Amino acid sequence: MSKKNDKKFSLNLGQLTIPIIAILLLVLFNLFRDPSFFYIGIAHNNDGNIVLSGNLVSIINGASELAVLAIGMTLVTAACGGQDISVGAAAAIAGSVFVKILKSVPSINGFTVLVAFVSACIVAMIFGSFNGTLVAVFKIQPMIATLILYTCGRSIAYWINGGATPTVDSPIITAIGSFIPGIPIPTPVLIVVAVAIAFKLLFHFTSLELFTQSVGINGSAARLNGINATFMKLLSFILLGVCVAVAGSIGVSRLGLINHETLLLDVEMDTILAVAIGGNNLGGGKFKISGSIIGAYVIQMLTITLYAMKVSSTDVKAYKAIVIILLVVIGSPVIKAKFAKLTAKSKFGQPKQPAKGAD
Amino acid sequence: MRKFKALLLVVVLTLTMVLGACGSAANSGSGSGSGSQGGDKAPAKSSDGPIKVGVVNNPPSESGYREANVKDMEAVFSAANGYELKTFYNIKNDEQLQAAQGFITEGVDYLLISAAETTGWDEVLKKAKEAGIKVYLFDRMINVDESLYEAAVVSDMSKEGETAVNWLLAQNLPEYKVIHIQGAMGSDAQIGRTGALDAQFESGKMTKVVQQTATWDEAEAKKIVESVINSGEDFNVIYAENDGMAKGAVAALDEHGITHGVNGKVIVMGFDCNKWALRELKAGAWNYDGQCSPFQAQIISDLIKGVKTASSKIIINEEKGFDAKELTDDDINTYGLGE
Amino acid sequence: MQNILQMKGIVKRFPGVLALNGVDFTLRKGEIHALMGENGAGKSTLIKVLTGVYQMDGGEIYLAGNKISIGSPQDAQNNGISTVYQEITLCPNLTVAENMFIGRESGSWVQQKEYEKRADEILQKLGIPARSGQQLGNCSLAVQQMVAIARAVDMECKVLILDEPTSSLDDKEVQMLFDLMRSLRSEGVGIIFVTHFLEQVYEVSDRITVLRNGELVGEYLTAELPQVELVAKMIGKELDELSSLHEVDETKEEKKEIFYEAKDLSSSEAMPFDFNIRKGEVNGFTGLLGSGRSESVRAIFGADKVNGGTVKINGQQVKITKPIEAMKAGIGYLAEDRKRDGIIAELSVRENIILALQVMNGFFKPISRSESEAFADEYIKVLNIKTASRETPVGSLSGGNQQKVILARWLLTHPDYLILDEPTRGIDVGTKLEIQKLVLKLAEEGVSVTFISSEVEEMLRTCSRLIVMRDRHVVGELTGKDLNQEQVMKTIAGGEAADEQEK
Repeated sequence: MSKKNDKKFSLNLGQLTIPIIAILLLVLFNLFRDPSFFYIGIAHNNDGNIVLSGNLVSIINGASELAVLAIGMTLVTAACGGQDISVGAAAAIAGSVFVKILKSVPSINGFTVLVAFVSACIVAMIFGSFNGTLVAVFKIQPMIATLILYTCGRSIAYWINGGATPTVDSPIITAIGSFIPGIPIPTPVLIVVAVAIAFKLLFHFTSLELFTQSVGINGSAARLNGINATFMKLLSFILLGVCVAVAGSIGVSRLGLINHETLLLDVEMDTILAVAIGGNNLGGGKFKISGSIIGAYVIQMLTITLYAMKVSSTDVKAYKAIVIILLVVIGSPVIKAKFAKLTAKSKFGQPKQPAKGAD
Repeated sequence: MRKFKALLLVVVLTLTMVLGACGSAANSGSGSGSGSQGGDKAPAKSSDGPIKVGVVNNPPSESGYREANVKDMEAVFSAANGYELKTFYNIKNDEQLQAAQGFITEGVDYLLISAAETTGWDEVLKKAKEAGIKVYLFDRMINVDESLYEAAVVSDMSKEGETAVNWLLAQNLPEYKVIHIQGAMGSDAQIGRTGALDAQFESGKMTKVVQQTATWDEAEAKKIVESVINSGEDFNVIYAENDGMAKGAVAALDEHGITHGVNGKVIVMGFDCNKWALRELKAGAWNYDGQCSPFQAQIISDLIKGVKTASSKIIINEEKGFDAKELTDDDINTYGLGE
Repeated sequence: MQNILQMKGIVKRFPGVLALNGVDFTLRKGEIHALMGENGAGKSTLIKVLTGVYQMDGGEIYLAGNKISIGSPQDAQNNGISTVYQEITLCPNLTVAENMFIGRESGSWVQQKEYEKRADEILQKLGIPARSGQQLGNCSLAVQQMVAIARAVDMECKVLILDEPTSSLDDKEVQMLFDLMRSLRSEGVGIIFVTHFLEQVYEVSDRITVLRNGELVGEYLTAELPQVELVAKMIGKELDELSSLHEVDETKEEKKEIFYEAKDLSSSEAMPFDFNIRKGEVNGFTGLLGSGRSESVRAIFGADKVNGGTVKINGQQVKITKPIEAMKAGIGYLAEDRKRDGIIAELSVRENIILALQVMNGFFKPISRSESEAFADEYIKVLNIKTASRETPVGSLSGGNQQKVILARWLLTHPDYLILDEPTRGIDVGTKLEIQKLVLKLAEEGVSVTFISSEVEEMLRTCSRLIVMRDRHVVGELTGKDLNQEQVMKTIAGGEAADEQEK
């Protein structure tokens, strides 16, 4: 990457610099390794639909749950200065509710799927507000507060399932989890787009962004400006609950099966990492949803790249850890400051370039 | 605002109670059930009353296998069959040891154990022997002297793998290009199910396209298969070490338009014999499903009641393997796990 | 006199701002050297370069004739340069002793008891009313400040930097500090004294260096520079307005309607008190630090938990228990602690300005981007806020400009009643004056203003009525001819004359 490009990034992208550089590095790496990695094919799936396939599709499709969760996690992080580690367990609960409702209705149609999803949403929002209440009202640190649900969430999912791994079989569920007939893009990808747009609209038509950031940066000042900090924190957890329900429902629909032990297992760590890679301060405050979404794709691209290299999946986690540590360290304030100093110095040594913003 | 806060408090308290109950239930899940069973009856001498059986097992939430295993135990050792059952389900060896100790003190006639760990049981089993309590091991072996138990009814995991691989060899494919999706590395089931296939890879009879662990995770299995498809490599067998991962693999095949199952391009093999998996098998979407039988209760009951006698200390439970073409609805009902 | 410290041609850039442009500074052995300048003149930046918080982009630093480079605060300390900052930078959750010794245990582990003992000795020597084992956060702001000084003093420094050390100290404490500074001077320590209090500069300093807009204006002997000239050099223009800003016509004041009236108002922090303010009136709470003046106005705004009392606005009884209720009733409140209760540091100037208005508009009626930009631009212009752009994070502005942003925030809500708690604290003379003028202009427009300042002079210039507090009680109210320094002091001190006049 040329120096000029670097400068352009640091000037224009701000918070998104790190995640975008990460994506570009992964793309470059794969281009050198094997250009066919980026091959996008068109195929007929077993239901006879024309669909897109290839590693890129796998990456964007596979990261859907992570991306949706990262959106909600970003809000919680911003408002509360901490993370919800129970999202995986909560998604297992939401997924179980989704399946439970579908199994209890006589026939699965669009309406019953909607009912099942709304029920999953409500349950996830209730658990979200439980977490949120512990954090916002009782001022318990988010990681500690959500540890409770993290620990027993999958047991609750087990109860809902009544043991075993219930399955649902319906063209509608298949459509949600893989492809809608006639649309070659995986449905989970469309759902991520829909959720992202929904949040964009939420930010546009409410003061959610300003209030959340204010609460996260300076709770005391926010309160003295009339913002109900408790409510904002609670709200962030409830919105995360919605994201959890969406992610859980996608996860279940992919296979038409709910396994309370494995559904979105360990996703909380990836979600938090996506938020961190996205350049968001894990201590709360200013945030960028787009950063977190890109962060989710970075993680997924890394995973798929490693799979494509036939790295043993037991080793994948270790490799992932190394790359992620690098990314997070590069994004840390210390390194950023050093980097800024370096570029400043290089500018200093080049008289033809005017000092940045010296006016 | 006050009202809102009060409401919040109620919600939180309720949830806390629910969650709290969940925590405690994990430890003593069946305590209440066995208590009522035992409490109703006047203490009877073991000779003329029901046979008192104490079962120490892993919790049913551990897996579908365990779920079926626990259900089977509770069904066979029922009051109707002349038993008084006390149960303790926990995933921790220490707690299991304590519970076994408790059963000995209470004075059960038989102690049935599926231990969380293979070590640490000498003391307890010696005490049981001193108290004249007969011990049966089921599902899992324990590292103790043979004299400390009557019999062990266990599965031979490696045999399970061999059965499956032998079935695969019997298909007489011109070539075997196998995607091997493993369970959590180091688990008994993974070791047993991997062994026989590894031997084939080594002998060169089968080709390993990819061998990856998905740690029993369906979604991970899908990713693994997807990455092979995306790489353009050819394969004609998917050997997944449980049903869920097989389902994940099949989802990947479906999305990429690759046929599978009976008359399909790719042979799909799974394990565990969940009912839903057997139905997939019956529908011809899969080819084979192997089972590590969770049904040891009847064998032990027969031994206790003297209907049968043990030919050796270690009784290998019969393992099943189902071919899609031979599977019947009866098989699904008899051997299928879950619903 | 021998030079201990020389800074030559110091340059420091921030994104969009040239904070220091070739500044020279010389400190001699055994002198108290005042560093003066308006907010944003570059004083704090220069200090931070010297203490290794910032890395300079150009220039040289000599200590006792040797060129040194200061890469970190630790470097500065090792070179014998110690600092007490404007904002307290200690850890409130540690004990006084831990705060005094943190970060400089010289390798070997100093026993806790041992340094508690040593801390107690120092505290006693300096007459600081704190115990070494006490948690710092439990001490008053003034004592915390003094602990910070004690910490610096104990470091056997050659150069001691005091950045606004007196802004939260009362007169007695200030005198104590000055005594200490003088004795350190006689021991040969060079002291850099940064303050906004002109009287203090003249009381204690030997020499003055003036900065303006990141550039050196000049170095002067204190004795040879009249106060008026100093101010002129700092703000770059002659100043005749400082004397008197307004004349109060008492009879006119009484004709105005009462806007806000509280009876027996009390909160978790404030004892019950009565209070009222008329439309277009400027009144103030005065009293020593800790007298309850801030707590009283917080109770008016509902910032603390309100326990009782009745409140009327325009004669109508209203309930104000939360900030949002006060805001809806037309009250704005600029909090005492700008950093803790005022700015949202990482958000932009624009977002900080629209915050209160946005809250009043409600969650579901966000102010559009273009509208908020227009608001921000308007107030940046009206209040002359110095910022690189409206999207600059407010935290990177100088203190005075941050304060203006918060003022803008409240002005934007068009309040009927504005409470300003220490709006001029820690900011430069020019901005102080601007704020005072603004207060009077608002009053002319019919806005009621309650003004609190540690500088009595300032309050006498702006307020037509002063409520005097002592030990969390209102002890007097001064108007008209009683509005003078002497009377205020008497009332604060509990002179009977004041009480009589009150009745």
